Amino acid sequence: MSAASVPPHRPSPDGDVSHKSVLEAPDIRRALTRIAHEILERTKGGRDIVLLGIPTRGVTLAQRLARRIEEVEGHAVPQGSLDVTMYRDDLRMRPARALGRTELPPEGVDDRVVVLIDDVLYSGRTVRAALDALNDLGRPRAVQLATLVDRGHRELPIRADYVGKNLPTSAKETVRVLVEEVDGRDAVLLEAGT
Amino acid sequence: MKHHLISAADLTRDDALLILDTAEELASVADRPIKKLPTLRGRTVVNLFFEDSTRTRISFEAAAKRLSADVINFSAKGSSVSKGESLKDTALTLEAMGADGVVIRHGASGAPRRLANWVHGSVVNAGDGTHEHPTQALLDAYTMRRRLGDVEGRRVTIVGDILHSRVARSNVLLLTTLGAEVTLVAPPTLFPVAVGTWPCEVSYDFDAVLPKSDVVMMLRVQQERMNAAYFPTVREYSRRYGLDAPRMGMMPQHALVMHPGPMNRGVEIAAEVADSPRSTIVEQVANGVTVRMAVLYLLLGGSEPAIGTTRMDGE
Repeated sequence: MSAASVPPHRPSPDGDVSHKSVLEAPDIRRALTRIAHEILERTKGGRDIVLLGIPTRGVTLAQRLARRIEEVEGHAVPQGSLDVTMYRDDLRMRPARALGRTELPPEGVDDRVVVLIDDVLYSGRTVRAALDALNDLGRPRAVQLATLVDRGHRELPIRADYVGKNLPTSAKETVRVLVEEVDGRDAVLLEAGT
Repeated sequence: MKHHLISAADLTRDDALLILDTAEELASVADRPIKKLPTLRGRTVVNLFFEDSTRTRISFEAAAKRLSADVINFSAKGSSVSKGESLKDTALTLEAMGADGVVIRHGASGAPRRLANWVHGSVVNAGDGTHEHPTQALLDAYTMRRRLGDVEGRRVTIVGDILHSRVARSNVLLLTTLGAEVTLVAPPTLFPVAVGTWPCEVSYDFDAVLPKSDVVMMLRVQQERMNAAYFPTVREYSRRYGLDAPRMGMMPQHALVMHPGPMNRGVEIAAEVADSPRSTIVEQVANGVTVRMAVLYLLLGGSEPAIGTTRMDGE
């Protein structure tokens, strides 16, 4: 992008990091509702699906998707969380970090269609780690991927089955997903790099 | 900067809580069909045991293997040490083999600290003389937290051979860091001279302390370290400081009975107490693997350790 183009970011009132809101609460709500319907369509009613969120915000999104699917179809959908920290390929590049929670629903993952849910799809490395983690927990019939934001720049041959919003970004920018349960409000922010 | 786990005093409250929280998440690995994580693939952990210890060595070995580390076991018997090799030369040998972590058990207090000056990897103290055994204290704290919900504000009574016990010292330091109140109970001859400087209460009267204890931890009388008569007879010791069923009846309903093992049934603990549902002795063994996985992960899992603050100078 040339310097002459209109700057997409305005400085935030509180400091030097400029960020712009890409999705607001109603947009996120609509995107999740659409993804819930797409999941039901693709899995023919979602009878044998398990929703697994990747901590932290993927878990919240999985809970919301499970609620929406239940509202539409009238049956509860098993959901849980899958921590991928121990399977990451960049562990040795940073100090050891705290682990997230892995909690499988009692139904397990064997012979089910697992839908992985992450907030942002970027390099694809988190999803690679999630696939490895899943492999140690059982043998799903199929694995699908849902993400609220796909920001491009894939480093591995991975793509999402369900996308809330395709967001073209520069590698210098940061995409942050805020959810009410964790951050106090729903939003997707695009922050300029420093 | 190098990071080691040599003393429970090396751990800040945040470090200790990070280890316990990590262990909490790792506990589920034991229930999975594949009890293995790829995290320490390609890393080498050496178990350097100069003293006999089956349970601690096996526990560390299981922990390292569950994290996919390569484990080399080195026991002093039948090794170059029995041929007269010094600790330093042994350390340099390990260094040449590229050990990322060294787990050491040694009869001399302070040996792990010396070793930490000579190797590049992280040193984990698995018991040194009568000094410390920090991972035992961590697994005890973890066991208390799982059973009682929280360690903070709990009253923990440690009974027995405090003088020769590295478990007691590490537990006093760690449990105090975590906000528990510790009381040590023993005959006067089995207290170390400087026990007055420890951050805990001291009592000679077991029966008086029992009703106010949330946890009673019994220690083994370490006959092998006793070269003098510390009490008249084993029978008398057992009558005054052993935990039998009537004494267990004096404890609050929710209180736990713990023992780091190996235990001498009939001496410090009666068989019916050891086998009661309030006893956590078998749980402690299982929790030991989980807590040691957490320690190894936090020390060796990243580009630099996330716990421990010992800085070794004079490399």
